[in-house]
Amino acid sequence: MKRKHKRLTFIVLGMGLLAAAAALMLSAFEDNIVFFYSPTEVLDKKLGADRRVRIGGLVEDGSVEKAGIEVKFRVTDLANVIPVTYTGLLPDLFREGQGVIAEGRFVDGVFRADEVLAKHDETYMPPEVAEALKKSGRWQEMEKALKRSGQMTKGEAR
Amino acid sequence: MNRRFLYVLPLVVFAVIAAYFAVGLTKDPSAIPSVLIDTPVPEFALAPIKGRDRGLSREDLKGEVSLVNIFGSWCFACRVEHPLLMQLKKENAVPIHGIDWRETDRDAGPKWLAKFGDPYTLIGDDPESRAVIAFGVTGAPETFVVDKNGVIRYKQVGPITGRIWEETLRPLIEELRRQ
Amino acid sequence: MIPEAGHFALTLALLVALVQASVPMIGAHRGNAAWMELARPAALAQFLLIAFAFACLTYAFVTSDFSLLAVVRYSHSAKPLLYKISGVWGNHEGSMLLWVLILSLYGAAVAVFGRNLPPGLRARSLAIQALIAVGFIMFILFTSNPFERMLPPPENGQGLNPLLQDPGLAFHPPFLYLGYVGFSMAFSFAVAALIEGRVDAAWARWVRPWTLAAWIFLTTGIALGSWWAYYELGWGGWWFWDPVENASFMPWLAGTALLHSAVVLEKRDTLKGWTIFLAIVTFALSLLGTFLVRSGVLTSVHAFATDPARGAFILVLLLVVIGGSLALFAWRGPSLASTGVFQPISREGSLLLNNLLLTTAAAAVLLGTLYPLFLDAVGGGKVSVGPPFFNAVFLPLMAPMVASMAVGPLLTWKRGELGPALTRLWVAFAALAAAAVLAWAVVADGPLFALVGMGLAAWLLVGTVVGFAERVRLFRVPFPETLRRIGRVPRAAWGMTLAHGGLAIAIAGMIGAGAWKVESIQVMKPGDTQTMAGFTFTFEGARQVQGPNYSATRGTFTVTRDGRPVVTLHPEKRDYPVERMPTTEAAIHPTFFGDLYVVIGDAQGSEGAFVTRLYFNPLLGWIWGGIVVMVAGGMVSLSDRRHRVGAPKTSRAAAGAGAGAPARA
Repeated sequence: MKRKHKRLTFIVLGMGLLAAAAALMLSAFEDNIVFFYSPTEVLDKKLGADRRVRIGGLVEDGSVEKAGIEVKFRVTDLANVIPVTYTGLLPDLFREGQGVIAEGRFVDGVFRADEVLAKHDETYMPPEVAEALKKSGRWQEMEKALKRSGQMTKGEAR
Repeated sequence: MNRRFLYVLPLVVFAVIAAYFAVGLTKDPSAIPSVLIDTPVPEFALAPIKGRDRGLSREDLKGEVSLVNIFGSWCFACRVEHPLLMQLKKENAVPIHGIDWRETDRDAGPKWLAKFGDPYTLIGDDPESRAVIAFGVTGAPETFVVDKNGVIRYKQVGPITGRIWEETLRPLIEELRRQ
Repeated sequence: MIPEAGHFALTLALLVALVQASVPMIGAHRGNAAWMELARPAALAQFLLIAFAFACLTYAFVTSDFSLLAVVRYSHSAKPLLYKISGVWGNHEGSMLLWVLILSLYGAAVAVFGRNLPPGLRARSLAIQALIAVGFIMFILFTSNPFERMLPPPENGQGLNPLLQDPGLAFHPPFLYLGYVGFSMAFSFAVAALIEGRVDAAWARWVRPWTLAAWIFLTTGIALGSWWAYYELGWGGWWFWDPVENASFMPWLAGTALLHSAVVLEKRDTLKGWTIFLAIVTFALSLLGTFLVRSGVLTSVHAFATDPARGAFILVLLLVVIGGSLALFAWRGPSLASTGVFQPISREGSLLLNNLLLTTAAAAVLLGTLYPLFLDAVGGGKVSVGPPFFNAVFLPLMAPMVASMAVGPLLTWKRGELGPALTRLWVAFAALAAAAVLAWAVVADGPLFALVGMGLAAWLLVGTVVGFAERVRLFRVPFPETLRRIGRVPRAAWGMTLAHGGLAIAIAGMIGAGAWKVESIQVMKPGDTQTMAGFTFTFEGARQVQGPNYSATRGTFTVTRDGRPVVTLHPEKRDYPVERMPTTEAAIHPTFFGDLYVVIGDAQGSEGAFVTRLYFNPLLGWIWGGIVVMVAGGMVSLSDRRHRVGAPKTSRAAAGAGAGAPARA
């Protein structure tokens, strides 16, 4: 009887612990998951400033303006364009015409990024970016974003 | 609480995870589905590369099952795939047309072909990605299977390997020829 | 010719592994000693063959044999020798070969040092080890052959990625693999024990040194990777919770839990099923880490599409290894009866609590790492799970663990009393309060959790010292007697004290660098100054410099504190023209209280102004220092004679202290 009782204590304690941990994880999940959208999806969804998201596409050619530590650029999936502002040092691989992923919030129609990723290995484009371009279905207009030749080769040579 | 149940639980959890994985991975076998599969080849006409007098256009892809291979002298993976294309040429397996993509130097492509061999029936020069964008290419190498009527039937992303040729492309080409 | 020899040796190794996986297993089943004995020479032969194959591949890389596809892709004749060698495992195919090499190394080590193992257990665990080897050698031969030729050979290779040419990164994978694969030994022992149907204290004693060795290597490997990210990526951070890092952290958490539950099993003959389960899970997470993440599969489902054969093979392999062992566990596990009973408040109870918290943390990391992949696989959209999630889950789980770590060693086995233990920890309570107040005094505007964290770190450090003092009865017996007792403390107990103390130091560093980091981004002209954390940074300008294979913008910063010069720093922004790849070289000045970290960005305008980023990372060096102490603790513990395989099985109760005998003898 005593032994059984002891075992019950353990099981109750363990279950309590697991339930607490599960609750902790679920609430953290709810608050901290970041969805990824292409510029077209962003415009469809009309996201507000309360939602933290990632957007991805190509850095539109000629769109990068640097003023001190403020950087403005536009992310495009070749169908729609999102203006982005960012404060800080851009990653080494950030270039016009290259794929980019930015994380942040929308404030008054402008995407305020607090993190910019241009982390791709040399072998292919970030799949999210490629898919965003595909979804927009506007390949012909890619030319606009890639006027000068040679820009895609590095990111995309497989 | 049943004691045995606790010992079986990990297996059950693992089975659920594994099943989830398996379903997810078989559902989406092609990474980025081309919007162009089973649609006619887009309108394009490319100039020849240096040393050739015929380029490549949409009209050239009608009448016979053929491959359209996107390559470039800057592209390393193309270099890996190249011996297989040479082999196919030697066997007369299927006409292979090339699109020489994004050469910054007009001699680079011809030089590269002179060095490693030229498996292509026709080659179009595409320094400004006109045709390549029309095809919806994400990178090089990429190869399209085009049927007699000039309809794109398959897209191979990345280099063709011996296995891909034997198991996918060759059967597909044979089937398209019978149609 | 030499690559073909390597390929042939690898094929032979497969055959040897097949023999090693079957004959000793049958022998152990039938009680045939000669068949069982075959496991040892086979394990040695398998190791030698794979080592030969690995040497052949290394030779091809060192001599830049560009007729090999792997060499062309991942090496270059202009690379320094060190990076030609590290290029061997700096790619998928070669790293797989390194993986099986280490696998067979552990098998050979058991064959050599495991003379005193019970013959049945040795034969079975070597057979299981060989079975894993069969799967992975087949994977290499059929889908990832590093000896594939490329004819005609090109003039030079493609592999000159400057980011990867770094000693920290070059030696990080071998350590990680020694850790990951080391857990295969615990796994093989666990499966062998399940087949035998016997798990006892002796079994735990055999398993512990192998687990400990793997833990030491994995800890080192993770620390090297983190250190590399810190000084090479130029982001001022040292841990990013990215999938590659998580993949190495999950087996670390599970492996740490395994180390502790094996102690309970050895001392008290209980938690049998749990320990076996942890051994399986730890290795399963190691496999997940190596194959789903390092091979690039986890970062994108689409990697399967580009090479479905490889992906399918790995999935089936994981399914067989993990699913098979869990099925065996479900079948045989219930028959493992534990004899030791204990109260919740006891040494066992505290170790069980630590186990639950560690495995929950591992599960949380697993969930956060796999969830984006699951969602993507079922077409539910793309998400990312970043540091906020991991911090929100991880910190609340670790706080009670750290709190209990100081108490556990003061509790007696079987049935302990919380009151006296807490009374003895009054110094630690004082330290907790003092550290929190001190932290508040120094950084008044920091987050609350940092104060709690600092307090807990001090609590753990002092609590660990109190635990040790109690063991040697400091101030309770005459001092010479204490000294005598110190001389008699088993090395395993020294190891535990060091490892727990090291963790306390590392936690202080993590909290400091995480919560109190100061950073400032600005445009600076030559002569501009910026004051941060009491340091004054003066930008003296930047100039172009030429490196061996790059050109760089090299900035000069002089740092002063209260008018006295501290250091001159030279951050660089390099451009490697051949690879068309820019890299950031941060300049770091480590001090006891924190690191000064300076990065230079793009030029602004014509007056020589640059975007600059300055960081002060408080206590960051304590992370590395703490980890070094933890690893040292692991090594001291490993040198304990009772851990040596082959030590006499009889351990007197008084000396049998494992990670610590009861404080009161």
